[in-house]
Amino acid sequence: MEAVMFYVLAAITLISAIFVVFLRRPVHNVVFMIVTMIGLAGLFLLLHAEFVAMVQLIVYAGAVMVLFLFVIMLLNLETVNPAQDARAARMWVGALLSLGFLVLMGPVLKMIFPSGPTVGAAAFQPGMSNTEIVARELFTTYLLPFEIVSVLLLAAIIGTVIVSRKRSG
Amino acid sequence: MESAVPIILLIVKVLLVIGAVLTLVAYLTLIERRVLGFIQVRLGPNRVGPWGLLQPLADGAKLILKEEITVSGANKFIYLIAPLIVVTCALIPFAVVPFAKGLGLENILGPTAQAYGLNQGVVSDTNVGILFVLAVTSLGVYGVILGGWASNNKYSLLGSVRAGAQMISYELGLSLAVLGVLLLAGTLSLVQIVESQDSVWKWYVFRQPLGFILFLIAGSADIGRTPFDLTECENELVAGYQTEYSSMKFGLFYLGEYAHLLFLSALMTTLYFGGWQGPFLPPIVWFLAKTLLWVFIFVWIRGTYPRLRYDRVMSFGWKFLVPVGIFNVMATAFIYTIWLQYRG
Repeated sequence: MEAVMFYVLAAITLISAIFVVFLRRPVHNVVFMIVTMIGLAGLFLLLHAEFVAMVQLIVYAGAVMVLFLFVIMLLNLETVNPAQDARAARMWVGALLSLGFLVLMGPVLKMIFPSGPTVGAAAFQPGMSNTEIVARELFTTYLLPFEIVSVLLLAAIIGTVIVSRKRSG
Repeated sequence: MESAVPIILLIVKVLLVIGAVLTLVAYLTLIERRVLGFIQVRLGPNRVGPWGLLQPLADGAKLILKEEITVSGANKFIYLIAPLIVVTCALIPFAVVPFAKGLGLENILGPTAQAYGLNQGVVSDTNVGILFVLAVTSLGVYGVILGGWASNNKYSLLGSVRAGAQMISYELGLSLAVLGVLLLAGTLSLVQIVESQDSVWKWYVFRQPLGFILFLIAGSADIGRTPFDLTECENELVAGYQTEYSSMKFGLFYLGEYAHLLFLSALMTTLYFGGWQGPFLPPIVWFLAKTLLWVFIFVWIRGTYPRLRYDRVMSFGWKFLVPVGIFNVMATAFIYTIWLQYRG
């Protein structure tokens, strides 16, 4: 059952990711990007990471993509056609080069991706919900990094306000 | 291979809940028109069936029989999926709203009742219930924005931009208001939130009065009820994002709107008024009674207040609702911590 769910979600995510790159209309691209985000949230759910899945939906699929959509709607972009370029052949050079790089990186990737059952994901405790674990870790072990990130965000907000403020005089 | 019986029963349960929600939504239109008629000293629809009870059926038949128009210059694909997004995102959140304590199926089904939470009075008791609600409703914005954009009409586009901006702004206030309840309940699960309100004095409306008022305002702005229905205000924007929609596509937008109203009332009942808790009567009766009371109050508000001006709505949302929401969360956390320290 879980394997079926995984393959369905992975297919949805990957296919819509391909659409994001290859469709010609910017609004369609954004729509499929939203589908990609929802698919990713589903994959997080399969990993028992409910909190991360919901935050993925609220922040990325809900808030960030709305802003993308607003900008694209207001610019009213029509179909984007890449200019015909005599040097289009360099795309194939790029493809070949990246393939070569992938082969070169093969051993490294093999090291990163575990082949057997994962060891690191043992933190799942049955009595506690995922949200509680995240909260506990954030406010005890990772308190300082958490606060630093908040200050960083605050600085970004203040910066936005100052940049968009009307000049008086 | 495990038995397929629990899965089939689960699907039956989901279909029953969706059927009940859709029936209620259909009758909300009748309730709204009758109550508005009563408020405005006129009769309201009373011709089809006794007391106009068959009016929703007649409306539905009429909507289906109307001609389906797709305006030329519309983006067909997005024009088609926008109403579907709205309806889907309006119906999914009902999955986590607890409508009864248990369904009393232990005696009939035996051990099967335990599987997949079949006996629970909720489709899915997830431990991130309220986050799920916020996530799915925030996705519903896309239907409105995309529908207005794909219609290729300036009034639709203006309406959808308004709707998008308003929903995003008031979602913030809504989340802040809910946060107060979550602090006191100590859980994100709607089932546990209801269970923690087992006597009238524990209802969160008494422990979170400010949060409740914020929730009421932000909620009705989020679903675009009348003081805040700038998204389709007919004297400026024809009908906003749904201007170019006809027939059943318009019907779907309409359905989504009333499903939002029903859901907000159900959520209000769940978060602040003890959900299905109540003496003597069966839980589901209490739940329905409280929810319908809230529907009535929303219609009453619609019959009472005029529409606000758009810039006022936005500045109220950002400059009043959000600061008061933050104050409410901080005050709640402060008082709750002190109470935890000194209760002995």
